[in-house]
Amino acid sequence: MLNERGAAVVEARDVTVAIGGRPVLRANDLTVHEGEFLALMGANGSGKSTLVRALTGLRPLTSGSVSLFGTTLSDFHEHQRIGFVPQRATATGGVPASVREVVASGRLTRRKVLRPMNRADRRAIADALDVVGLADRAGDGISTLSGGQQQRVLIARALAGEPELFFLDEPTAGVDLPNQQALADALRTLSERGATVVLVAHELGPLASLVDRAVVLRDGRVDYDGPPLSEEAVHTHHHESAASHDHAPHVASPLDSLEGGR
Amino acid sequence: MNVIDLLGLDFMHRALLAALFTGLAAPAIGTFLVQKRLALLGDGIGHIAVTGVALGLLTGTSPTWTAVIVAIIGAVVIEVIREQGHTNGDVALALLFYGGLAGGVLITGLDGQGASSLQSYLFGSVTSISANDVWFTLALAVVILVVTLGLLPQLFSVASDPEFAKAAGMRVRAYNILVAVLAAVTVTVAMRTVGLLLVSALMVVPVATSQQLARSFRTTLTGAMGVGVVAAVGGLLLSAALSVHATVAPGPTIVLLALTMFASTWPLGVWLRHRRRLRAPFPAVPPLDEASHSHEMTPEDHAHIHGHDCGHPAVRHGDHVDYVHDGHRHAPHGEHYDEH
Repeated sequence: MLNERGAAVVEARDVTVAIGGRPVLRANDLTVHEGEFLALMGANGSGKSTLVRALTGLRPLTSGSVSLFGTTLSDFHEHQRIGFVPQRATATGGVPASVREVVASGRLTRRKVLRPMNRADRRAIADALDVVGLADRAGDGISTLSGGQQQRVLIARALAGEPELFFLDEPTAGVDLPNQQALADALRTLSERGATVVLVAHELGPLASLVDRAVVLRDGRVDYDGPPLSEEAVHTHHHESAASHDHAPHVASPLDSLEGGR
Repeated sequence: MNVIDLLGLDFMHRALLAALFTGLAAPAIGTFLVQKRLALLGDGIGHIAVTGVALGLLTGTSPTWTAVIVAIIGAVVIEVIREQGHTNGDVALALLFYGGLAGGVLITGLDGQGASSLQSYLFGSVTSISANDVWFTLALAVVILVVTLGLLPQLFSVASDPEFAKAAGMRVRAYNILVAVLAAVTVTVAMRTVGLLLVSALMVVPVATSQQLARSFRTTLTGAMGVGVVAAVGGLLLSAALSVHATVAPGPTIVLLALTMFASTWPLGVWLRHRRRLRAPFPAVPPLDEASHSHEMTPEDHAHIHGHDCGHPAVRHGDHVDYVHDGHRHAPHGEHYDEH
């Protein structure tokens, strides 16, 4: 999957993020080039999810800077060029929604307000469903799908905006093997189309063959940056202490903001 | 006087128009609140609006307008508290709700009228509304419908996954405040029909009814609007018909009718979901080791022949069909059935 090294699409300099006053990421540099398939790895609580959220602008930086496609994040408005796939927990709401509706919401980056969908929109949505292999489930309610299928729907949603750069936050967490394989197939298609992929993962599983660069975070700092490592190397590389971050959903009051999680 | 005579009266025409538009607008915005898991927000805004009504009564201005203004301020404050995400945000909201209700009752007392003048706002008085009120209700309902239906894709995206919407460059805060303001406007629109204490019912119960049968957000929304109209107009007519015999208030009749519709669709929804679960395909999991994969047959005495109408659910399993038979999964294989 080694694509030609193209221009830098993500440039993070000295990225420092503090949550509630506690530094979670400390002075990290990261450059991602066009066409790369990068895996951000590390133990729970190492800051890998926070880094991806900082890169997408969801988590404000305490200091440092992030540029996407050569534009600083605060001036970046070409959101149709990036596709974000959050962790699965957010796929269902209080009202039923069909798979097609969820995927269509990813197309909003390219649609004007108060305009109906045009043919290109419909085609992009159908194509996105095809890539993740769920075209036959388009009319079904999202809550009737298995966890792994819901995760594939979220990938299709990001795909519907036809972005060039993907950020995926732990797409394989809690997903069964056949679905992990389907995910890997979808991501392979994306990568072959020339997309740049930044993927947060605890374990790579079937995705391992796609990754052409691994970045391992340890305790809020980039600890390794280079060719992909074997599973054991990632897990023995850093001498994990017992005090790790709990990855289970936080028990919070119903009106707690999203900031409360992770 | 019978019901037909009643329908010929001007006040009844006005009441029917108000009920129709409230029944359309309240579930439209309610769907987004339910999607955001804020089903009780309407109730909270209703409590705050009591203060607005009382201020109107005290100062001699239109209670509807003061209620709109106070409800909007309250809704925006609630949204800000929610966004800031205080650990006990729900407690902060509760404080605001009760503050609104207590403030309203206190201010009415200052006016020397006692809480009785609040009555028509707390429980609605759709049959006593003026022509001006009808136009006001109509205009606000049209605004609510145009915005919710026009911005449906955006509002759906923000309500279902604010994080994704933010990463996609949408103005999440602006849309959230828009929904809160629209909810406040809806509360004041529905105030005359069902009353402030029951307003949330007309925003939430039709949605709960509609989602028993719907699979998509859009059908839930349109279904809820249908249920809302039937409940509001039907409840009004029902209370008019019954009022020949006894005093039947329209507000509670509307809400009870909506609840009846929910109660009658709920078993159907349970059955549909049950059936859907039974028919969900079994995962096609490859065996760990092809060689050791046993080929287990059903016992010789399996005389029953599975088919389209044998009564045993046929469930897709990979490239074939399994019949669910007494807790077993029977897959046709030549002359016999395999245990899957």
